[in-house]
Amino acid sequence: MSGSEGAPPHKTKSGFRLERWAPLILLGGAFAIYVGVVLATGQAQYLTFDNLIAILGRSIALGITAIGQTFVILVASIDLSVASLISATAVLASVIMDGSPAMILPAVLAAVALGGLVGLTNGLVVTGLGVNPLIATLGMSLIIQGCLSAFVSNFAGSVPAEFQVFAYGRLGPFPLALLFLLALACLAWILLRFTKFGSDIYAVGGNEEAARFAGIKTRRIVVLSHVICSVCAVIAGLYLASRLRSGAPWIGADGVYDLESIAVVVIGGTVLAGGRGGIWGTMAGMLIFSLIDSVFNVAGVDSFAKQVLRGIIIVAAVAFYAARSKRIVA
Amino acid sequence: MTTPVIEMKAITKTFPGVRALSDVSFDVRTGEVQALVGENGAGKSTLIKILSGVYQADSGAVLMNGKAVHFRHPVDSLRAGISTIYQEFSLLPERTVAQNLFLGREPRTRLGLIDAAKMRDETKEVLALFAAAGRIDPDRIVGELDVATQQVVEIAKAVSTGARVVVMDEPTAALNEAECEELFATVDTLRERGVAIIYITHRMREIARLADRVTVLKDGEVAARFDEVPAPNEIVRAMVGRDIADFYAPPASPDEVGGLVLSVRGGGNAVLDGIDLDVRRGEIVGLAGIQGAGRVALARALFGDAPFERGDVTLDGDAVSFGTPRAAILGGIGLLPGDRKSEGLVLMQSVRDNGMLTSRAFASLWSSDRRNAHSDTVRMDGLLDHMEIRAASYDQDIRALSGGNQQKAIVARWLSMRPKLLIFIEPTRGIDVNSKAGIYHLMRDLAREGAGILMISSDLPEVIGAADRVLVMQAGRIVAEFPHGASEQDVMHAATAESEVAA
Repeated sequence: MSGSEGAPPHKTKSGFRLERWAPLILLGGAFAIYVGVVLATGQAQYLTFDNLIAILGRSIALGITAIGQTFVILVASIDLSVASLISATAVLASVIMDGSPAMILPAVLAAVALGGLVGLTNGLVVTGLGVNPLIATLGMSLIIQGCLSAFVSNFAGSVPAEFQVFAYGRLGPFPLALLFLLALACLAWILLRFTKFGSDIYAVGGNEEAARFAGIKTRRIVVLSHVICSVCAVIAGLYLASRLRSGAPWIGADGVYDLESIAVVVIGGTVLAGGRGGIWGTMAGMLIFSLIDSVFNVAGVDSFAKQVLRGIIIVAAVAFYAARSKRIVA
Repeated sequence: MTTPVIEMKAITKTFPGVRALSDVSFDVRTGEVQALVGENGAGKSTLIKILSGVYQADSGAVLMNGKAVHFRHPVDSLRAGISTIYQEFSLLPERTVAQNLFLGREPRTRLGLIDAAKMRDETKEVLALFAAAGRIDPDRIVGELDVATQQVVEIAKAVSTGARVVVMDEPTAALNEAECEELFATVDTLRERGVAIIYITHRMREIARLADRVTVLKDGEVAARFDEVPAPNEIVRAMVGRDIADFYAPPASPDEVGGLVLSVRGGGNAVLDGIDLDVRRGEIVGLAGIQGAGRVALARALFGDAPFERGDVTLDGDAVSFGTPRAAILGGIGLLPGDRKSEGLVLMQSVRDNGMLTSRAFASLWSSDRRNAHSDTVRMDGLLDHMEIRAASYDQDIRALSGGNQQKAIVARWLSMRPKLLIFIEPTRGIDVNSKAGIYHLMRDLAREGAGILMISSDLPEVIGAADRVLVMQAGRIVAEFPHGASEQDVMHAATAESEVAA
């Protein structure tokens, strides 16, 4: 039906907006369930600090990827090519390093260059050619995976011990990679919250036309967001190479980083249509995911049932937001 | 006399098939409110879009402070100091007031980060110019503000960009009486600050209250120019400029009006209350009111889309209660939505397929698409012929047709269902003046053939001219009834008067 007329005029609402805090509430719920399951099954050893850190450690690659994904989803785009890019990066870096510490820097630079190129291409195809981002990045994903499979079919190259520090190093009780993730999240937060670039991202995602009329170069913002997303995927790929000590052409697809990173962002309260959300929501989404996994592990749920439950949880979380926002409108 | 800030000279603009503007000249000076009035489709929006750089004129010139300017993009005109406030706001609902005000030009600290404190202070400074200032917190999310306050934010945004010309396109469309007064105060403030204001409206009351000068457009030409605000009748005559009796079909004669088709007693839901409504066979009942008065909500309630929760409805003597549009259609109600493109048409399908849309929805799952009780393309072609739809072929995509012909195809869709009651929402929105008359006569013919017709329109002269009776809604209630040919002022007064007077 048309019109604003059907709905009553907007009334001024109170300052508290549940959907802003929903990720945190969901996270609290997930944590409560985790504690409940641990205590109910009498496995209190899972509540130690070390174990909690270990839970976090399992989702570092997902977290890094999801930070990038947050940027593209905020500008109302999406990136399905991250999983393939993660595989390609891991292989590329591992092959270039080939066990030699001297080659770490060239390998990292080559990987970042690859990410920049992929992101730039994604962004330009989406903005310049007007291809729907789902299709553009799906195509990119197939291209990367195809090229990769043509060259390697098993673990390729090896990562020198010096680079394995990225995945295995510790600073006191904390894994280095976890601190890195935290630093990256802070950086992303500052970028989104306090810079003009961040403000432009929200504007482009919220209403592209309005952003353009405000003099924002909207295409540039979308392209840059895609570059950031791809570079984050590259970092996740480097982390996985470091962790597995070698690159394999299936690690990205195995981890379902494309769909899971999107799921994490959405559970974190970022709207797929763009313009609303943020990094801390995404981080909460990542924690929710890893807590759920741990709950299943502790409770001994079999892996297929786990998959089904994960699917239900994703849909339920999004339905929760949808129901909330409908009530706000009506 | 000062030189005008904006001078538009001999502007002509043609769209495929339509001459939207021909030889229109228009100017506005600092510190004045120039009212731009005209019927829908008179060319007001086109003129404004040329000024703001959305369209380029075919010929003519735009001068700013005496110098020729060429705006190729809305950003060009914004930079030059022209702000246009459209009915649909360009605000970002998820961002704060301050963020919206400084969108695209945020102040930066020495580190290159956004200077949130400065942004907040300057927002407060700008808002302080307006009466509503005390209520608006720069850190509030815009989506949480009511429509009127959002409008203040939009205007404040224009002021903060240093706009010297502000264009307002029917700014009161979504406002209630008290909010209108606040808006007028805001406009006064702008005028005192030396801003030139182009104020588009078709409400005489607002012209009398605000305008310094008036320009009337009709069919893409300047019909009249007044250096002082004249009597409302003079403006209306210039706006309409034709014999109204010819334009609208004649009203129903008493013997044409038959028994009750629809009767509602005490109908209500979340947005409607105490609705008593009768529609008879052969009569056209108009529903007038401002945006948000509940006219569309009433249509949706009758059509089962957002049903009544209280009260009784009888259709053709039977008590009914429709919970879905499908039930309402089966009962004999048809609805022609206000936004044809998004609600009425399947743009990429043929004219015939669009006509068949509803009847196919009621066909048996196993029927052929060609011939059965409910979906009969031969009969549909007959109905389309009867509607005199101008199309190269009924297999043609409907999006290529003019608005008037699209509307006729939707009418044909409903005729195939033989409805007892047809609800038209904004039947002539976006339709050119000549086709409008065709739609009015078509509605009259449908009524003569025995249907009851309910017409919702925001175009006041249209409701008064085309309907046999006009019901006025306000805040979800029917507050007044007028016979055919009532005066525009009386209806407008009933639609906007304070609710305690009406109640």
